[in-house]
Amino acid sequence: MKVPFLAAGLLGASTLAALAQTPQLRVLTYDSFVSDWGPGPAVEAAFEAQCGCDLVFESAGDGAAMLARLMLTGERADFDLVLGLDTNLTASAAGSGLFAPHGLTPVLDLPVAWDDPLFLPFDWGWFAFVYDRTRTPTPPASFRELADSDLSVVIEDPRSSTPGLGLLMWVKAAYGDEAPAIWQALAPRILTVTPGWSEAYGLFLDGEADMVLSYTTSPAYHLIAEQDDTKAAAAFAEGHYLQVEVAGMLASSTQPDLARQFLAFMVSDAFQSVIPTTNWMYPAVTPAEGLPAGYETLLRPEVSLLFSADEAAAIRESALTEWRDALAQ
Amino acid sequence: MLTLDGVVIAQDGFRLSADLSVEAGARVAVIGPSGAGKSTLLGALAGVVPLASGQIRWQGARIDTLPPARRPLSILFQDNNLLPHLSVFDNVALGIDPGLRLTSEQRAAVTTALAETGLEGLGGRKPATLSGGQISRAALARVLLRARPLILLDEPFAALGPALKNAMLDLVAQIARRHGATVLMISHDPADALRICPQTILVADGRAEAPADTAALLRDPPPALAAYLG
Amino acid sequence: MRSPSEPAMPRGPAALVAAGLVALNFGALAAVAGRADGAGGLSAADWSALRFTVMQAALSALLSVALAIPVARALARRRFPGRGALIVLMGAPFILPVLVAVSGLLAVFGRNGWVNDALGLVGLPTVSIYGLHGILLAHVFFNLPLSVRLILQGWARVPSEHLRLSATLGFDASARFRHIEAPMLARVVPGALGVVFLICLTSFAVALTLGGGPRATTLELAIYQAFRFEFDLGRAALLAGVQAAVGLAALVLLTRATLPEMRATGHDRPAPPPPGGLELVLDAGAIALAAGFLLVPLVAVLARGLPHLWGLPAPVWAALGRSLLVAGASVLLLAAMALALTLAALTRRWPEIAGSLALVSSPLVIGTGLFIVIHPLADPAALALPITALVNAAMALPFALRAILPAARRAQADYGRLAQVLGLDRRAQWRLVLWPRLRRPAGFALGLGAALSLGDLGVIVLFAQTGGETLPMQLQRLMGAYRTDDAAGAAVLLLAVALAGFVVVERLVGGRDADA
Repeated sequence: MKVPFLAAGLLGASTLAALAQTPQLRVLTYDSFVSDWGPGPAVEAAFEAQCGCDLVFESAGDGAAMLARLMLTGERADFDLVLGLDTNLTASAAGSGLFAPHGLTPVLDLPVAWDDPLFLPFDWGWFAFVYDRTRTPTPPASFRELADSDLSVVIEDPRSSTPGLGLLMWVKAAYGDEAPAIWQALAPRILTVTPGWSEAYGLFLDGEADMVLSYTTSPAYHLIAEQDDTKAAAAFAEGHYLQVEVAGMLASSTQPDLARQFLAFMVSDAFQSVIPTTNWMYPAVTPAEGLPAGYETLLRPEVSLLFSADEAAAIRESALTEWRDALAQ
Repeated sequence: MLTLDGVVIAQDGFRLSADLSVEAGARVAVIGPSGAGKSTLLGALAGVVPLASGQIRWQGARIDTLPPARRPLSILFQDNNLLPHLSVFDNVALGIDPGLRLTSEQRAAVTTALAETGLEGLGGRKPATLSGGQISRAALARVLLRARPLILLDEPFAALGPALKNAMLDLVAQIARRHGATVLMISHDPADALRICPQTILVADGRAEAPADTAALLRDPPPALAAYLG
Repeated sequence: MRSPSEPAMPRGPAALVAAGLVALNFGALAAVAGRADGAGGLSAADWSALRFTVMQAALSALLSVALAIPVARALARRRFPGRGALIVLMGAPFILPVLVAVSGLLAVFGRNGWVNDALGLVGLPTVSIYGLHGILLAHVFFNLPLSVRLILQGWARVPSEHLRLSATLGFDASARFRHIEAPMLARVVPGALGVVFLICLTSFAVALTLGGGPRATTLELAIYQAFRFEFDLGRAALLAGVQAAVGLAALVLLTRATLPEMRATGHDRPAPPPPGGLELVLDAGAIALAAGFLLVPLVAVLARGLPHLWGLPAPVWAALGRSLLVAGASVLLLAAMALALTLAALTRRWPEIAGSLALVSSPLVIGTGLFIVIHPLADPAALALPITALVNAAMALPFALRAILPAARRAQADYGRLAQVLGLDRRAQWRLVLWPRLRRPAGFALGLGAALSLGDLGVIVLFAQTGGETLPMQLQRLMGAYRTDDAAGAAVLLLAVALAGFVVVERLVGGRDADA
């Protein structure tokens, strides 16, 4: 019995020693961030080169699933940072009391002012309806024009997907109390509602629908990765709703300095320059060498719409009911 | 001697009582209207149908408390006497060792039993490739091999033609004679009973009567049997 | 009434498995409810979701099974080259990940699909797949194969002697149906209906994607919403409880409605030649239509993805390896659970109900409940793959039992007495009576388990792990990263591996000539 016991002791000791030498920083994020085609691998390599630590990304579905997981574990969260919430989720995240102030004041290239003490943006984008130029030569220029057209669109369900929730907020921000009327007018144009972005975008690419709710940056993927310039985002006169993706450090983290170091790294060039061609969003801080070629062709809306986190949380339920009632008729 | 002492079988509203005994070495037919409980009676003897009350004794010792396989009897059902996925040889061998781990002597005994029932060389075949008569022979080979003092036949030959059936009955009688075995045989055909069974148990109106002389019974049948014989 | 000497099959392991399944399914629900701050009642929207859920599940079940009957009959009595392969291939939709299957369906029935192209060519108006009929189409696509297999097994158990009898008595089609087929169908159809109903009860992605919008809200989506966007665990638990109650009611009804197996004579003899003439034409038509309906969308998936198969990035192949490991473990677990429950279910109903519990549970709630239970005890990330294997096995178990149990009960009914009077002990009874009769259905069941595990997206999203992606997860990620070509290639890989997994396991377990 002595030998296994000794071995276990040695194993434990050596693991502890290894831990003491290289601290581990654990970051909870969403699936597509850590996927082999997302920013995760490059970010991990770049940060580990400078921190002398072991950066571990672990993924839990999408932003909403991440938050749910965080709520479930509460104080016993086994992560130092959370990366990938958006402004529709930050109010409940802040309300959980699990996050600590980041204390950083970087200069951000965002279309809106940012002064959230808990959450720091790492990328952002405008929601937009993406279409195929060859199939739709003259896209609608507003929600009303879309409602009057004979085009079909696929949207995501606000109850199960973040872009879907973004669209809900978009219509609400643009039309306020008129939102139900807009939804009713849009209803005949909506081919179907999918559980998530992948399904919706897949339907669009398969030619099932003329337009899909996505981002103004979506055409950049086709242009840069596939040399295909047929996809474009339709400019809407009402303005475009923003999605700002943020990260925050947990109050329960045992290595707040390292966590803060990561947040500072997050808004530096090494991280930000990876974003445009992996996450296909705008970096929160434009890298020194600028945006990749192709981004200059993208639609840049003149009006950016965004509810504050608290406003978004306050109107979500009633907006959802309006949406459901209008579309269920 | 096989004794049924105050036996009552009750199943879903059906009730059959039996108070009778059968001499060792006797060959007894079991006759009665359809649904009277002939199969149930044999099932109770074999232990696959539970008793509501009463005792069954063989040579003075109770057997109704024994599991079916430990009772001093072999039974052949109307059908499904052979497992279709086993060879004829294995089906017969089940009678010696249900685990099919046979010594060479036991294997020889199986081969002998097959030969004696006219199935020489057919041991490797599956039941599906046999004729109805051959299937009956295989089942009888197992009875022969088990050499239990009681043989119960629940119309295993009902599906055979008259000539074949008679051959089987003769084979049963021959096996029984050789071992001095007692035979209880359900039959629908009085001719079967007359052929190999000097005595007959009448099962009718919820009762199994004591064995009576077959010829006398058929000559002067009681009302229930008369109605059945038509 | 049990005879005093009936050899009792071991119940201990079955009780253990049943307890584990109850813990997995209801423990997860209880864990979620335990973390709730109290639950309100059901809202009007919840009631309409409940109505819609039950309605679409019932319609899907009726349609799938009604259409499966002529197909199963045709396949049961016709022999033609490639029949075995066709039966295997026709099972493919059932094991496909939803995402892949829907894209195949759309390639055929979608706005730009082949059907509408053809309609356009001859000047007919196009049809839309979106709406209740789209949901039903997809659910029939998924569940017709399973229904056909279940009913086919019923046909395979009709003794050939009965068919000979009907042939010699000169039965026409209606007499044969009345006297031979209808009694058999009365025994298999309720089971098939119940299984499909229960599968469709927790439908979410299909119902939403093809349903055309919030009209097609199912309970599972409402659970999703309560859990993720409102983080209202009480509501999630309440909705999951309602869903489980409906499922459980259906399950109990189903077990009650299942008639006992008939005892029948059979010597595994070949069946008489099937009827010709009009019936031959009808059979050919049923097979051709079903094969077309089920296979053409698969061809579309293949056509789309095959060119991209060889260029798949390395992480996809690594994910394939992990998926195979998980599926292997899952099949072993499934075999152990199915064995324990089958033996105990020969004379009892409870093991069957326990084994079917996974059908009534919300996958989201199982995943969440497991996470709540495991997180304080161990690192969830380290357990993600073992838990996936376990949950996959539990999810496949209802289908496995549906395939194995009738055959087991039949074998028991036909040969139980013989085993008893010969004194076969448990082991001999298993080896000589049950296993030879169960081999084929067990091969099918375990093959199905392998394929389902390979195609499963998993309930472990909360377990947060990296580097443990399975093939379906990797496929999802490719789609999330705009890489639709790679995703199409990965879909073909997944389709091929799931089918191969099915065939390999079925042949290994069920023997070379395993089918039906």
